[in-house]
Amino acid sequence: MSVAMLVFIACGLFAVLGAVGLILAREPVHSALSLVLVMVALAVLYLLLGAAFIAAIQILVYAGAVMVLFIFVIMLLNAGVEVRTNLSHLARWVGLPLAILFLAEMTYSLFHEYAARTALAAGGAVAGPVPASTEELSMKLFTEYVLPFELTSILILIAILGALVLAKKESA
Amino acid sequence: MEFVTQHPVLVVSLIKIAIALFVVMTALAYLTWFERKVVARIQSRWGPYWVGPHGLLQPLADGIKFLFKEDVVPPTADKVAYLLAPFLALALALTTLALVPIGPATISILGQPTQLVISHSPIALILLFAISSVGVYGVMLAGWSSNSKYPLLGGLRSSAQMISYEVSLTLSVVGVLLLAGSFDFYDIVGHQAGHWFHFLPSWEIFPQFLGFICYLTAAIAETNRVPFDLPEGETELVAGFHTEYSSFKFAMFFMAEYGNMITVSCLATLLFLGGWLSPFPDRWSWQLYLPGAGLIIGGLALIVGGLRSVQWNAKAVFPVLGLVCIGVGYLCTLHGATHPVAKAVQGPFWFISKVFLLLFFYVWARGTLPRFRYDQLMSFGWKFLLPLSLINLVGTSIFVVLGWHP
Amino acid sequence: MVPISYYVILSGVLFGLGVIGFVFKRNIITIFMSIELMLNAVNLAFVAFSREFNQLDGLVFVFFVIVVAAAEAAVGLAIAMVIARNRKSLNVEDVDLLKF
Repeated sequence: MSVAMLVFIACGLFAVLGAVGLILAREPVHSALSLVLVMVALAVLYLLLGAAFIAAIQILVYAGAVMVLFIFVIMLLNAGVEVRTNLSHLARWVGLPLAILFLAEMTYSLFHEYAARTALAAGGAVAGPVPASTEELSMKLFTEYVLPFELTSILILIAILGALVLAKKESA
Repeated sequence: MEFVTQHPVLVVSLIKIAIALFVVMTALAYLTWFERKVVARIQSRWGPYWVGPHGLLQPLADGIKFLFKEDVVPPTADKVAYLLAPFLALALALTTLALVPIGPATISILGQPTQLVISHSPIALILLFAISSVGVYGVMLAGWSSNSKYPLLGGLRSSAQMISYEVSLTLSVVGVLLLAGSFDFYDIVGHQAGHWFHFLPSWEIFPQFLGFICYLTAAIAETNRVPFDLPEGETELVAGFHTEYSSFKFAMFFMAEYGNMITVSCLATLLFLGGWLSPFPDRWSWQLYLPGAGLIIGGLALIVGGLRSVQWNAKAVFPVLGLVCIGVGYLCTLHGATHPVAKAVQGPFWFISKVFLLLFFYVWARGTLPRFRYDQLMSFGWKFLLPLSLINLVGTSIFVVLGWHP
Repeated sequence: MVPISYYVILSGVLFGLGVIGFVFKRNIITIFMSIELMLNAVNLAFVAFSREFNQLDGLVFVFFVIVVAAAEAAVGLAIAMVIARNRKSLNVEDVDLLKF
């Protein structure tokens, strides 16, 4: 087993554990911390895939800003332990088995079809030879995708305005 | 030796990490001594004086005291987060330093040529910001998990403050990135080599003065230091986020704060102050003797101070240290300072001098400025610092696009 | 090397867990977190396929997804704050004025 495989298994395990922790934790801060664990594990996987810039952005924006905002709001609103409600009968006896079936089916088909195809296409070896360089990525971002890029800046502006209007006290 | 030849990068990296950890830990300890001394001078006091000559052994005594104090964990605290917080804070503060190069020289460890940095990455700057942006968790978790009102207020304040000032901090650096055109510290420092008009070093601080001011201010806020130390303001929040911490966990928060201080100073040095470059033109060859001369003078001071001390242990230890300093200093001046050791020492000497200057600035600011009010802090960050760094960014990009930059 | 299909499966599992969290959680903030988890899972698939086909477009999309996630978090948390202020609760079952 190669080092890359070991790293993948460790990070994958951490990511799944974090995701399960997110669902099972009743304290919102614990959920948030589990999600941070998932994000850090995914960042390591991005590094493994040769996308160092995306890994850094993942940590910087997701773990460093978005999740900090989440925890800040949890602390600000003093969100206590979550109240658990029972599932409706429909959800428990029909929805849950269907969800599990869907997940299993997706996993099976992806594994089966895709593994066979990659094995055919590249003789078992996978992943492109060159790791993505930051320069190429930014060239792509500012030439081919320049319009979507500018649109996202407008989106962020709208989001800021929306957040400001929502969070403003009504009396003022 | 077989293991070394099979995994050269791993072994050399481990050795470098061990050395760096030792140096940084010592520096952290002595930064507390330095800060107490300088603040004492500003306030016309003596500061630490009794443990060793000029209180030089005070950090050691403090460390031992922290280790032997009782470790109290509040019964209502959230145990996992409470224990995680100080480790997270300190570990992340130290990790950022792995990306900081301190000199251009290539040295040889166990026969393996290696650079004076633990991890050389082409996107080092973004990685550094990424790691330091996660550092806020230490403070937030400490505040939340203590389950007590003052720490919670401290944690809330600190997270709001750090998110707000991180924006200005990152934007103030973008100007330098535009001029240098790289995220790699070696490229950024290499871009600053040379002089204008044969005497003014072409460091980014001159074209990017606005950015430098924004960076310094935002960096003080990011490290939670006076005048922006609202998260731990002792007159209003007892001790802020670390009120409920005792013993070595408390010390870990302090070490993390000083570690962050060192990191932001290193970053400012690399980005704005020319990193390891000498401020003098190359034709002045006498500057090569400066590191050696500095070491010899420091060694002499240690010997004299040690011998004049009243404590017997200081009398024994400090002259020996002084002799070692003089010996290394002498080595650095041999053969007209062209000895390999002397050449390797040039970069780190200038780098550490500049970092030291910035650290002095931080301590100076602490001794001089009063604390901000919280609403003033927020409106200063969003209404003054952020527009200023944006103006700097837009101005710099106009210059770059028009090709006016030399 | 790790086959790309492993990454895609991990991405699918994380997405599924995100869906489960979205459906089962009752706290509005943790529901938002589940959405973030789903977006992260999608990102992993994007990066994996980008590496597989040696094309950078996938990474550009990850960039956009991260931006959208940040914007969504800002607006979503503002909504959560308004709900908490008006209804004194973060439980989504208490937000039922449009239900009949």
